[in-house]
Amino acid sequence: MSQNDLVYQKKNLPDSLKRLGYLLLVIGLALGVAGFLFDAQRALFNYLLAFIFIMSIAVGSLFLVALEYIAGAEWSTPIRRVPEFLASFSPILIILVIPLLLNVHSIFEWSHKDIVAGDKILTGKSPYLNTTFFIGRTLFSIGVWSLFYFLFVRNSRKQDVTKDQLLTKKNIKLSAIFIPLFAITITISAIDWMMSLEPHWFSTIFGVYFFAGSVVAALAAVTLATVLLKEKGFLHPKMNNEHLFSLGALQFTFINFWAYIAFSQFMLIWYANLPEETYWFIGRWGGIWSYVSIGLIFVHFIVPYAVLLSQPAKMDQKKLKFISIWILCARVIDLYWLIMPQVHSAKAGVLTIFFEFGFLIAAVGGFLLVFYFNAKKHNLVPVGDPKLEKGLNFRL
Amino acid sequence: MSERKLFGITVLFHTPDEIIHAASKVREAGYKNYDVHTPYPLHGMDAAMNLKPSKLGYITLAFGLFGAAFALLFMYWAMSIDYPMIIGGKPFFALPAFIPITFEVTVLLATLATVISMLAFFFKFPFNSHPLHDTPYMKAVSSDKYGICIEADDVLFDLEKVKALYKELNGQNITEIYSSVVEPFKIFEPKFLTLLTLVALLTSGATYITLNKLLYITPFDWLMNQSRVNVQSKSTFYADGFGMRKPVEGSVARNFIPYEYMGLIAPVVPLSNTLIPSNDILSLGKKRFLTFCSPCHGNYGDGDSRLNNQFPNPPSLHSEKVRGWQDGNIYHVIVNGQNVMPSYASQLSRDERWAVIHYIRVLQKAKNASPSEIIEAKKEILSNVAK
Repeated sequence: MSQNDLVYQKKNLPDSLKRLGYLLLVIGLALGVAGFLFDAQRALFNYLLAFIFIMSIAVGSLFLVALEYIAGAEWSTPIRRVPEFLASFSPILIILVIPLLLNVHSIFEWSHKDIVAGDKILTGKSPYLNTTFFIGRTLFSIGVWSLFYFLFVRNSRKQDVTKDQLLTKKNIKLSAIFIPLFAITITISAIDWMMSLEPHWFSTIFGVYFFAGSVVAALAAVTLATVLLKEKGFLHPKMNNEHLFSLGALQFTFINFWAYIAFSQFMLIWYANLPEETYWFIGRWGGIWSYVSIGLIFVHFIVPYAVLLSQPAKMDQKKLKFISIWILCARVIDLYWLIMPQVHSAKAGVLTIFFEFGFLIAAVGGFLLVFYFNAKKHNLVPVGDPKLEKGLNFRL
Repeated sequence: MSERKLFGITVLFHTPDEIIHAASKVREAGYKNYDVHTPYPLHGMDAAMNLKPSKLGYITLAFGLFGAAFALLFMYWAMSIDYPMIIGGKPFFALPAFIPITFEVTVLLATLATVISMLAFFFKFPFNSHPLHDTPYMKAVSSDKYGICIEADDVLFDLEKVKALYKELNGQNITEIYSSVVEPFKIFEPKFLTLLTLVALLTSGATYITLNKLLYITPFDWLMNQSRVNVQSKSTFYADGFGMRKPVEGSVARNFIPYEYMGLIAPVVPLSNTLIPSNDILSLGKKRFLTFCSPCHGNYGDGDSRLNNQFPNPPSLHSEKVRGWQDGNIYHVIVNGQNVMPSYASQLSRDERWAVIHYIRVLQKAKNASPSEIIEAKKEILSNVAK
């Protein structure tokens, strides 16, 4: 078997993927819009949930790309296009955020001037939590992500043709600039879009919590896509299980990191027992929410931990596929648990559940389409990357 | 030399790629008892040697689970059953507070068990005379070379064949390694037993002296031992043996001058206030008044404290009677008590009593001032502010 038999040949993803993507998008949007007509406020929160789900995967993937460059990782080079494709949602966020920015008034309590004026705490926070600054911060964050997405991807794609090694160096420098900016932007996004839904509450670890969850979700999405593409033979034929093991190990790490951060947040608040902090958790402890809160520990930590613990499991394509889908669902539950208790809508009922996940279905469809169109135009393997050869020969 | 047993044959390579290639060739040749030595872990070596995943992970898992269970159950037993204590208003079985300790014990036991079992089962500890130790080969592979050693007890081992394989792989420094012959150690040799006995005697003696003598040497007396009679200790000087003595009859403690008219209705000779009112005296009086007088007489002496209607109502200090009293009469009441009011002699010193009386006079003046006096006072305040 000579070296030349094992080269990457670009193949288009099947059209069925595109059809499925459109189908999910249309069904999801239809459900979402129907939900909007039924209960506008709740639908806005559902939209916010879907928006943050997309954001966390897109931005988390962008972070993984930057991480690969700055750490000089070789094993992940053959699959770097997968997070690059997923991150291509970052510029689209500018369009997706518009419905939310138009409805700031119906989502956030602090945007009501009369409530803020009568509330000492909110008045004190108003230099930060006001509509103008909020929109400014949001556009800044999305702007930073989009800018760095374009820069990373432009260099990476140029390299496919020119095979210029300096482009890798350029991207390493870009990642060094991007990672601190990423830390700031993801923290303010977490605070702005989720923590400020309950503007009296605060938790200094919240940004880290959101970061941990985002990276877990991005890794799950990358792993799922990688396994599926590898099974169908769209990736480089020299890719092997040891690349999957590394993805699984990274997933395992970040699952633990998430649990560590989530528990740190909970335990400090539980132990100090200050009413200004505890009521956020108490609000997630009434009625059916207590099951969600407890369930989150099992769904987001214990099950993935147990499944991914052993070495063979991290190489098992079936288990990886299963746990990646599981973690993505866990991410949705986590975000649901963060966002939805803040909805105070009277029209709850069976119908609500019917519409609840419309926008999320549309988001999944959106990801499929983004992947399809990216794969149509670009290689699924960075063929010009100087680290590719070493990456393909990666062994444990 | 003939009695020394052949342990194996070693070979050195210069690059990681060569050693990985060589290891896979050795495996393909069918050898089982061989080992590869490299200065650092090499990616791809597991595959080249066809190594199964280590069994060590199971020990880690078992002890990790044991550690978690042990920590949780122990804390449950200690904190909720054996010695339940309320800490910070949390329940006895405060699970979130137990999680960090559970986590730490889990990690601790898992790590210790892994390291110890690795030493015990995999390195066959204490096994400190491996034939490869202290050979040029081991020195090379622990700095910058990569080596393979095929051991002589392999089924397929054949000196010439192994050397030929090494040469084919372009290996350097092919060396035969012999096990050194080690005489079994004799435990009942008289010399060794004598040494053991000596060590035992020396250790016990040193321990005895340390615990019973050295620890009781006081380097300095500090202030523990003084030539005086301590409180409640025996005296050898007095016949009754009591170290603590009563003061001489009629002696007066400093600042505790007794009141002559104790128990009488009023002082026989009119007393006059010994203090001249000043800011300091008045604020001292106010402080003492608020501490000791106000609980019954009220903050402004109106007799309107919260004891009203629960107790014989305390009298107002603004009545004609009290205002007409001389300072000495108020002093007498403070020291002696009156009706339900007990004596405050032990709470207030002489000067403090007089300071309180000054303050009461201020209160009385403020409460019963005539309009013209109020106008005067206001003028004074304004002029003070203007200054």
